[in-house]
Amino acid sequence: MAAEPVIQLRDITKRFPGVVANDGVTVEVGRGEIHAVVGENGAGKSTLMKILYGLYRPDAGEILIRGRPVALDGPRHALHLGIGMVHQHFMLVPGFTVTENIILGSEPASHGRLDRARARAVVARLCQQFGFRLDPDAQVQTLSVGEQQRIEILKVLYRGAEILILDEPTAVLVPQEVEELFTNLRRLRADGKTILFISHKLDEVLAIADRITVLRRGRVVGTVAAGATKAALAEMMVGRPVLLALERSPAAPGELMLEAQDLTVADGDGRALVRGVSLAVRGGEIYAIAGVEGNGQSELVEALVGLRPLAGGRVLVGGAPVARHTVREARSRGVAHVPEDRHRRGLVLPMAVWENLILGHHRRRSFLRGPFLRMPAILEFGRQRVAEFDVRVPALRTPALALSGGNQQKLVLARELAFQPRVLIAAQPTRGLDIGATEFVRRQLLAARAEGRAVLLVSADLDEVLTLADRIGVMYNGRIAAEFAHGEATPAELGLYMVGTERKGREGAP
Amino acid sequence: MELVASAIRLTVPILLASLGAVFSERGGVVNIGLEGIMIVGTFFGALGALKYGPAAGVAMAAAAGLALALLHAVVTITFHVDQIISGVALNMLAGGLTRFLSILLFGMATQSPGVPGFAPLSVPLLRDVPFLRPVASGISPLVVLAALAVVAAHLILTRTVFGLRLRAVGENPHAADTLGLNVYVLRYSGVLLSGVFAGVAGSYLAIEQGRHYFEGMTQGRGFIALAALIFGNWWPVGAAAASALFGFFDALSLRVVVTGVPYQFITALPYAVSILVLAGVVRRARPPAAAGRPYVKEEG
Ligand SMILES: Nc1ncnc2c1ncn2[C@@H]1O[C@H](COP(=O)(O)OP(=O)(O)OP(=O)(O)O)[C@@H](O)[C@H]1O
Ligand SMILES: [Mg+2]
Repeated sequence: MAAEPVIQLRDITKRFPGVVANDGVTVEVGRGEIHAVVGENGAGKSTLMKILYGLYRPDAGEILIRGRPVALDGPRHALHLGIGMVHQHFMLVPGFTVTENIILGSEPASHGRLDRARARAVVARLCQQFGFRLDPDAQVQTLSVGEQQRIEILKVLYRGAEILILDEPTAVLVPQEVEELFTNLRRLRADGKTILFISHKLDEVLAIADRITVLRRGRVVGTVAAGATKAALAEMMVGRPVLLALERSPAAPGELMLEAQDLTVADGDGRALVRGVSLAVRGGEIYAIAGVEGNGQSELVEALVGLRPLAGGRVLVGGAPVARHTVREARSRGVAHVPEDRHRRGLVLPMAVWENLILGHHRRRSFLRGPFLRMPAILEFGRQRVAEFDVRVPALRTPALALSGGNQQKLVLARELAFQPRVLIAAQPTRGLDIGATEFVRRQLLAARAEGRAVLLVSADLDEVLTLADRIGVMYNGRIAAEFAHGEATPAELGLYMVGTERKGREGAP
Repeated sequence: MELVASAIRLTVPILLASLGAVFSERGGVVNIGLEGIMIVGTFFGALGALKYGPAAGVAMAAAAGLALALLHAVVTITFHVDQIISGVALNMLAGGLTRFLSILLFGMATQSPGVPGFAPLSVPLLRDVPFLRPVASGISPLVVLAALAVVAAHLILTRTVFGLRLRAVGENPHAADTLGLNVYVLRYSGVLLSGVFAGVAGSYLAIEQGRHYFEGMTQGRGFIALAALIFGNWWPVGAAAASALFGFFDALSLRVVVTGVPYQFITALPYAVSILVLAGVVRRARPPAAAGRPYVKEEG
């Protein structure tokens, strides 16, 4: 680290109603340093970054930029001081070109007239300077997630940022894109830029960061140099040793539980989103679908659970075709579903924990007396579920929206795995979860497998797919582009299929 | 050619209002109050023309449109009220307001005395060709203005910083906000422009077409303008083409006399066309992503 740190955060405290998100946090970052911030869900990482970016004002503490104290009063001020943030949710205008998105807000112009030629040249030069592969004239909506992220970074650089904040930038990328991002970041570091970087993936953090600050419950546990081990980091984060390797019993595939035959799903305009997918999952088996989001996985899952009409093909549960294609039918046949969007589909956020736990089970005889709910039985069920899945809730009456992301996901699992489902379809079940919660969810999936359930796992996380799955199907452009058995593929290979560079068994390749 | 000339005349009010709608919706605010603004425009157009001549009528209608649009902007942008509800309220307000003012100022509840129009323009040489005479003479200056407005609106949206920013807040106001654009100011400009356009559209009806104000003279053209907006895929040139289509059917309905068919069916033609066209086109149309949604700035 250089003699004079570029960023000094001193004793930063930020409170929200009921929580202290940052509690006396002190962090220093030098010029030309890549500094990672890690910690469990709710540890206060994003809050700290937002304070540095001027989105939140700290309740106490001091921020020094290049040695001078500053009172940030908003993102514009932060940008003025050379601090730029790459948002976790991209802030792009889909219908605009790359160039338009980058220049928006500080356009090259004369008398209000856009100077498109100059804008394009500036963007092309930026790309070249930092080695970003990007077409300045491409429409953003046609670009991959990795490319969109490059636009976000360029937006910040275009505005002269010297300090870049990236909040979970790799969560949405495939391995190749992560590699490219890291190459870009190293290039920026060589150029003297300072980078702050949040991630839940410790391997990545160790691969790129010069120093790592660990937060736990709003406090700094410590700052370590790049040489630290993964296990040590994990223990600092969680406060206890974490099992990084999961125990996976030998495969014991049973009967066919879930089958899709030549399944086709179309959108409202008749465009095919899922194009003739066939797959079969046996009891005691985890079949994982890997793929970059938006290649038909979501639609496939929705079709399997009855949320979307089929344009062709059929679904079989337990060997028999599903007669009526409805959610209720699927559920009554023993198909459980952990949806990818737990806020929109997994939970009814304003409703209490107990209500969320019986959703979809609410017609069970044991929960009803005539048309009325049998509260004692329901509360007993709720208590037992919450205990078994270690959902941290103050009370069963607490609304689901008050829970942290990890606990919300546990709640969904607790509901879906009740009443012995035959099939569990889990879409992106560990997205955004910290290592503790991730470990828990993965263990539950393995437990379901050990109990003889058929598990269909849809995940963009290759580590997850590679460790859990008995078989892996890579989905690209609405099709299963390749299938592998456990241990047969490397992350890099899967990545190639995921971005469509490689295709297995396709006919008439150019 | 008579038919074409008549179609052009009937296109203008729809076109002007739909250009206004383009600006409003491109900025992310749905303005179904255009009909009401047009109604107020017809009234003030007539009033101004009566008192100080046609140019003053247009100016007064524009100002009145601006005022009404400002109301819509304050309610929907600053106070985040549902844009449809505010638009409906605006339409109801316009009806009551014009009747009230009409009694007060014209002494009649539903119409004004006759008002003077603009001196018509004509194209030298072409007007002497008998075949072209209907379209080459008797042209209202407002027709020329409307044609120029299409080009201007197109250039503004595609070639200027303002246009780029306005479209950005209509597509993704959060992104625009993080880049330091003032979402509220931009949306206000879009809505206010729509008020001016719709006001002028109304004044055209009163001054140039009706030569006096009467209640209900807009005949829902503010709504047809919204259909033209959608049909034109939110672009000025497209909206102009769609307006022309509606104007043509309007003209046709005035001319076609089919024996045995009640005339009400014929006069309903333009509306039937707009419904059919929309039903066919809406699936392909891509509105600005954030149109209709209030923008609430986060803590900052
Ligand atoms: N705007 C807010 N209002 C109220 N509470 C908040 C707000 N933002 C964050 N919190 C709370 O502050 C704590 C820290 O949240 P923060 O988002 O910083 O965590 P994080 O470390 O980024 O977690 P994750 O890994 O899930 O992204 C959490 O308990 C969270 O619920
Ligand atoms: Mg966060």
